[in-house]
Amino acid sequence: MTEQLPVDVRGLVKRFGRTTALDGLDLRVRRGEVHGFLGPNGSGKTTTLRVLLGLLRRDAGVARLFGADPRRDAVELHRRLAYVPGDVALWPELTGGETIDFLTALRGGVDQARRDSLVDRFALDPTVRGRAYSRGNRQKVALVAALASDVELLVLDEPSAGLDPIVDAEFRRAIGEERDRGRTVLLSSHVLSEVEALCDRMTIIHRGRTVESGSLLELRHLTRTTVISELAGPVPRLDDLTGVHTSQLDGRRVVCEAEPAAMQELMRRLASTGIVRLDVRPPTLEQLFLADIARDTGVETS
Amino acid sequence: MTPGWPSGTGLLLRRALRRDRVRLPAVVLGLAGTAALSAAATAALYPAASDRAGAVAAVRATPALVAVYGPLTGAGSAGALALWKLGTLGAVAAAVVAVLTVVRHTRAEEDNGRAELVASTPAGRLAPLVAALLAAACFAAALTAATAAGLVLTGVSWADAAAFAAVWGSAALVFAPVAALAAELAGSARGAITAAVLALLAAYVVRAIGDADDPQRSWLVRVSPLGWGELVEPFGTHRWWLLVFPAAAAVLCSTAALVVHGRRDFGSGWLPARPGRARGSRLVHGPAGLAWRRERGLFAAWTAGFVVVGVLCGSVTSRVGGLVDGPRMREVVAALGGPQAVTDAFLAAEFGLLAAVAAIVVAAAVLRAASEERARRADLVLSAPLSRTRWLLSHLVVACVGGVVLLAAAGVSVGLTYRPGSASPLAEVGRSTAAALAQAPAVVLVACIAAALYGVGRGVAAAVWPVLVAFILVAEVGPVVGAAPWVLDLSPFTHVAHLPGGTYDVMSTLWLTAIAAGLVVVAVAAFRRRDLA
Ligand SMILES: Nc1ncnc2c1ncn2[C@@H]1O[C@H](COP(=O)(O)OP(=O)(O)OP(=O)(O)O)[C@@H](O)[C@H]1O
Ligand SMILES: [Mg+2]
Repeated sequence: MTEQLPVDVRGLVKRFGRTTALDGLDLRVRRGEVHGFLGPNGSGKTTTLRVLLGLLRRDAGVARLFGADPRRDAVELHRRLAYVPGDVALWPELTGGETIDFLTALRGGVDQARRDSLVDRFALDPTVRGRAYSRGNRQKVALVAALASDVELLVLDEPSAGLDPIVDAEFRRAIGEERDRGRTVLLSSHVLSEVEALCDRMTIIHRGRTVESGSLLELRHLTRTTVISELAGPVPRLDDLTGVHTSQLDGRRVVCEAEPAAMQELMRRLASTGIVRLDVRPPTLEQLFLADIARDTGVETS
Repeated sequence: MTPGWPSGTGLLLRRALRRDRVRLPAVVLGLAGTAALSAAATAALYPAASDRAGAVAAVRATPALVAVYGPLTGAGSAGALALWKLGTLGAVAAAVVAVLTVVRHTRAEEDNGRAELVASTPAGRLAPLVAALLAAACFAAALTAATAAGLVLTGVSWADAAAFAAVWGSAALVFAPVAALAAELAGSARGAITAAVLALLAAYVVRAIGDADDPQRSWLVRVSPLGWGELVEPFGTHRWWLLVFPAAAAVLCSTAALVVHGRRDFGSGWLPARPGRARGSRLVHGPAGLAWRRERGLFAAWTAGFVVVGVLCGSVTSRVGGLVDGPRMREVVAALGGPQAVTDAFLAAEFGLLAAVAAIVVAAAVLRAASEERARRADLVLSAPLSRTRWLLSHLVVACVGGVVLLAAAGVSVGLTYRPGSASPLAEVGRSTAAALAQAPAVVLVACIAAALYGVGRGVAAAVWPVLVAFILVAEVGPVVGAAPWVLDLSPFTHVAHLPGGTYDVMSTLWLTAIAAGLVVVAVAAFRRRDLA
C-alpha cells in the first residue's frame, strides 16, 4: 500500500484506573472523506481523539495516523493536522485574534486573506479577550484557527455544539469546501442531522466499542424503514409477516416498520388492497443510533 | 451590615472548609509548630538570663535587623528572643494564606465558572463572599488557638503566648477582607492575588521603614496593619486594646467588598473590559512567548515590589555604619547566617529572604503549566507541532528568567541606595547585584523541583509548596534554633553563598546546578510518558 490511511485504529483499549473508557475500538478514516464519529455521552469519542493526538497513552491495540505512531511521531504528525477540542478554553488575557494567530503560527504560518475571510464568515469579533467570549464564540476562535491552517486532516470534537443556526450553516459550508479541497475531516458529534448532512461515512460507538461503521447507505440496510400508508380498503393482515412491526392501525391507515427483507412482501399486500397515499421514510440516524445501542446493550446484558 | 446571613452561607462555608480540609490545618500546624519549636530550642540555646540580655541588646541596637524582623520588645524573656524573628514573618505568612483562601473561594470560582452555578441557586448573592470571609476567619481563629496552645506547652507565659498568637491571627483577619476587596476590583483571580499581596508588601515596607526609624513612635508603624501587631507588644506591655484596629479594619474592608460585590456585574472586574488587538504580535509566536505574555504582568508587579524592598534595605543599611560591633551582636548576627561584618550579614540575610519570596513566585509560574493542562488549553497547544519537552521547558525557562530578573532588580536597587562611604557607586551596584544573584541557583533549583513534580503528575505538582515551605523554614529558622547540620543541608537556601561577606563556593553552585539539571531530565522524561488529563 502506498497510501496510508489518515486514521487507522484497531482494538484500541484505554483505561482510567478501574474504568475502561475504550474497550477494543475500531475506527478507519479514508483519505479525503468527512467521517462522522458518533456515540452517546461518555462513550469514548473525546478519549479516542485524544489518544490519536498523543495526549493520552493507549493500553492496548493499534492507533496510527498516516501510518505513524501518534505519540512517537507527535510533532511530525501535528504538522499535518489541526484539532478543535470539544470544550474550548482560551487564554483569558489574549484576544481572539491573538489566539488565532498564536495557534496558526505554531502550526507554521497562515494565509492572512483566508484567516480574515473566515473571521468574517463566522462573524467573530477578534478584539474580544478570551475571558469575555461566550461559549459559541470560543468555539469559533478554535474553528477559525483550525480551518485557516494549511493541514491535511481536521480533527473536530463536537465542532458545532454551541454555534447558532446561521454560523452552523456557515460551518457546514466550510466543511464542504474542505472536502472539495481534498482534506480529510474526522468529526465527532451527537447532532445526527449534522452527520447525515456532512459526512460520507460514519462510525458509531457505544461504551468504548465500535458498533457500526460504514456509509449512511450501508448502515441503512441494517434497519427498518418506516412505512405510512392510507389504503382504499381495510388494512390486510400483516402480523404474520416476519420483520414487519405494525405500530398503528386505525381503519384504513397503517404505520409500520419493515426490515429490508420484508419490504417486498409488505408492498405486495398493501398494493393488493389499493394504496391511496404512501409515505416511506428511510431510517433516520436517531433510529440507527437507538437500534444499534439497543442491540449492543442487549448483547452485553445477555 | 445586613441583619442575618445571606441564605446558603452555611452550606457554602462548609463546602469551602471541606475543600481546604488539608491545606488549612497543615498551615495552622506548621506555623504553630514552628513557633513552639523555636521557643523550645531558644530556651536551650540561651539558658542564662545574661546570655539573653546580651542578645536582646544586640538586636535592639541594629536598626536593620529591626527593620526586617520587627522590634524585640519586653525585658528579654526566652520567649521574646525565640519568637522575635518569627513574629512579623509569621504574620506575613498567615496573611498570605488568608489572601489565597479568600481568592480561591471567590474570584477563582468565578473564573472557572462554578460560581455561576451557585449564583443560579437560591443562595444569597453575597453568600459566596461571606462564606469565603468566614472560612478565612475560621483559619485565623484556629491559628490563634493552636499557636497560643503550642507556646504555652513549651513554657511561654499564658499572656505572652495569647498576645503573640493574636497578632498572627489578626494579620490573617485583616488581609482576608483586603483580598476580598481585591477580588472584587481585579478582573481575575491572579490579578486579585497580586493586588492583595502587593498591599501586604506595602504594609511590610511601611512598617519596616518606621521600625528602622524608631519602633515606638514612628507614625509609619501605626498606619501599617503589620505595625499594629508590633505595637501590641506580645512580650512587653500587652496592649490588648490595640487589637481593636485590626478588627475595625477587617469590618471596614469586608463592608467595602460587600458593597462593591452588590454593584458589580458577575464575572467582570471593576474596570470595564477593553477590547484588545485584533492580531497577534510577533512576540507571541511560540510557547515561551505565550508564557511570557501571560506572566509579564505578574513579574512586573513583583519586580516593583523587589525594587522597593531593595531601596529600603539599601538606605537602612547605610545608617548602620556607626554601629557598635560588639561580640554579642556578632553572635546574634552569626546565628542569622554569616560571621561577617554586621551590615554585610544583614544584606546577606535580606537577600536570603528575597530569594525565598522569588522562589515562591517562580514555583507559581512553573505550576502555571498545571493550570494550562487542567483548563485543557494544553490540548490546543500540544496538538500543534510542538513537542512536550519544548512546552514544559518554555514554562520553566520563563519562570527562571523571571526569578533572576527579580533578584537582579533587588540587587541593583540595594547597590544604588547603599552608601558605605568609601566604595564607588558603580562598584557597590556590582557587588550587591552579584550578591543577590548568588541566590539564583537555589531559586532555579526550586523551579526545577516544581517542574519535576509536575512532570510526574498534575496532581502531585502542588507538593512543591510544602517542600518549599520546609526549605525556607530550615534556612531561616533552622540556624536560630540550632538545628543539626544535616537538617540545614536539606535546604538549597543554605547552600548558596551568603554574599556580601560570605565566601563564594563554586562547588556548591555546581552541585546545585547538577541537581537542577537532573531534575529537568526527570521532569521531561516523566512528562513525555504520561497522560495529559
Ligand atoms: N481523565 C479521565 N479520567 C478518568 N476517566 C475519564 C477521563 N477522561 C474520560 N474518562 C471516562 O472515559 C469515558 C469516556 O469519556 P469521553 O470523554 O471520551 O466520552 P465522550 O464520548 O467524549 O462523551 P461526550 O459525548 O459527553 O463528550 C467516560 O466514562 C469518562 O468518564
Ligand atoms: Mg466528548
